[in-house]
Amino acid sequence: MSAAEHTPAEAASGPIIRIEHLGKWYGRFQALKDVNLAIARKERIVICGPSGSGKSTLIRCINKLEDYQEGTIVVDGVTLDENVKNIEHIRREVGMVFQQFNLFPHLTILQNLTLAPVWVRKMPRKEAEALAMRYLERVQIAEQAGKFPGQLSGGQQQRVAIARSLCMNPKIMLFDEPTSALDPEMIKEVLEVMAGLAREGMTMLVVTHEMGFAREIADRIVFMDKGEIVEQAPPKEFFANPKSERTKLFLSQILGR
Amino acid sequence: MAIEMTGPATMAAPAGAPRDVIGWLRENLFSSPLNSVLTLISFGLIVLVVPPLVRWGILNAVWTGGLERCKAVQGTGACWIFIAEKYRLILFGLYPFKEQWRPLLMTVVLIALLAASMNRAFWRPWLGLAWLLGYLAMGILMWGGIFGLAFEDTDKWGGLPLTLILSVNAIAFSFPLAIALALGRRSDLPVIRMICTGFIELVRGVPLISVLFMASLMIPLFLPAGVDINKLLRAQAGIILFTGAYVAEVIRGGLQALPKGQIEAADSLGLGYWQKTGFVVLPQALSLVIPPMVNSFIATFKDTSLVIIIGLFDLFGSARLAANDPAWRPFYVEGLLFVALIYFVSCFSLARYSRYVERLARQGDQR
Ligand SMILES: Nc1ncnc2c1ncn2[C@@H]1O[C@H](COP(=O)(O)OP(=O)(O)OP(=O)(O)O)[C@@H](O)[C@H]1O
Ligand SMILES: [Mg+2]
Repeated sequence: MSAAEHTPAEAASGPIIRIEHLGKWYGRFQALKDVNLAIARKERIVICGPSGSGKSTLIRCINKLEDYQEGTIVVDGVTLDENVKNIEHIRREVGMVFQQFNLFPHLTILQNLTLAPVWVRKMPRKEAEALAMRYLERVQIAEQAGKFPGQLSGGQQQRVAIARSLCMNPKIMLFDEPTSALDPEMIKEVLEVMAGLAREGMTMLVVTHEMGFAREIADRIVFMDKGEIVEQAPPKEFFANPKSERTKLFLSQILGR
Repeated sequence: MAIEMTGPATMAAPAGAPRDVIGWLRENLFSSPLNSVLTLISFGLIVLVVPPLVRWGILNAVWTGGLERCKAVQGTGACWIFIAEKYRLILFGLYPFKEQWRPLLMTVVLIALLAASMNRAFWRPWLGLAWLLGYLAMGILMWGGIFGLAFEDTDKWGGLPLTLILSVNAIAFSFPLAIALALGRRSDLPVIRMICTGFIELVRGVPLISVLFMASLMIPLFLPAGVDINKLLRAQAGIILFTGAYVAEVIRGGLQALPKGQIEAADSLGLGYWQKTGFVVLPQALSLVIPPMVNSFIATFKDTSLVIIIGLFDLFGSARLAANDPAWRPFYVEGLLFVALIYFVSCFSLARYSRYVERLARQGDQR
């Protein structure tokens, strides 16, 4: 299937991400086992689970930062296969925010934001800069546009990283523990930006240990362990009565009760 | 030795009273037993080496006059008039005496272009055009054959212009080659990876001398009769390939040092291979390896003197030529010192310039 060719029915109403029977191996070690997940438009998913359970691996498969060996992933009607055109198409539609920010240290904040719009979206530079400034204002960091990433605090860098992804006007945003590398006082400013995005109807997949954020923002919480989805439920239900023993154990550890 | 080196600068500071001098000596030269021993050893070496050098190079040296005066001080004083006598041969080699204004002018053009290229404010498209026109002008000057200039074959080129031509071309062309080889060695395509790895290991595994010999002796064997590639061009190609292989490994080091997250961020933004490489990977990798890269280029600059073994007389080669004059033969060390000074000034400028580029590159790096 080519990048341009969407399945009409799915493009309009069906799930924006469809993951079926996903299997992933690192050598002989199986990191994902028969993962099935469908995500609706504007849905906000929080993925949690113990360390090494495959959360990062799962969301990194969605934009093909990781290869997978089994199953299918369809994003917005485009099948994620070996076809480079499809991969590039999906990467343009899917933004990603990393634990370590991964800003480009040799470029200014503004250059970080305009790079992809100018070269991937072929947007005129002036227009890209105006767009970048709008997003920088939104994450309340416009006055830093001329600085380099190394001159910013962690929280500011992460907000820049979010703005950088948003400049590509993605349909879906993936977050891999976006606040785990931050000092406590900076976590809030980043979570607030994410909550704002959620209110605007962005489709989001968030790997996080911030259970307060999950409770407030998520439509659905997905709990993973040992490469499998063990249980998924809306937050109220998930916290009030977790079904599996593994979930209960995890919750008792993370919530300290 | 750094202990003594800091001396003059600190002394120059408003010290004045002798007590300060003693305090300074104690602090900088005798702060520990080891330091004291090093100071005494260094002092001894200076006493041993400097006076004879001053005597030979300055006090007993011959600055004016003729060969007879040099003969008189032979062995005890330097004969600097050797340089005055032979500088045309040393600087321009066998290029016809009357025409030597041409390589001189070429050298001026080349140095002017290099100087302009060093200034960041001039890094604009017209600089490329200037180089293009400059190369054309330099070619016309050196070869001639038009505009009423006599044709001079590359066999006659020599001296400083030849050294500059060989090394500037070596650096300019080996750099892109090295980038291509380094990227190729990390390519996902096995064929490209194998070719690049094979080339690098092959070239690195042999000395430059043998590359030059092969370029001069073996390539003609493989060419059909009647086809002749210019000897200078063959030597130049050999040096470029050799330098390229070395610098490729330096650049690969920079590529490996780049955090994986940078590539993942570029991928996740949808940048294609060339965009990712050009905007994210190479700028960071190259700025990481500026010091070792410049080190390689300095080595290349000096290694060009090896072309003497295939009968090209670069700066060093023509200094040897100057020594062939039996009358002046005893004084050719002075000529070599002159040449060494030129090499030193060139290499030192290159090293200083690399510091400037490093600063430019580190601009954003306040981590
Ligand atoms: N490049 C790799 N090579 C080999 N094994 C890997 C690699 N990356 C991850 N793994 C393994 O795959 C499993 C899942 O890793 P993953 O990073 O997805 O876990 P995670 O749920 O994100 O954990 P954390 O909360 O610590 O980030 C782990 O057991 C890990 O050791
Ligand atoms: Mg993880």
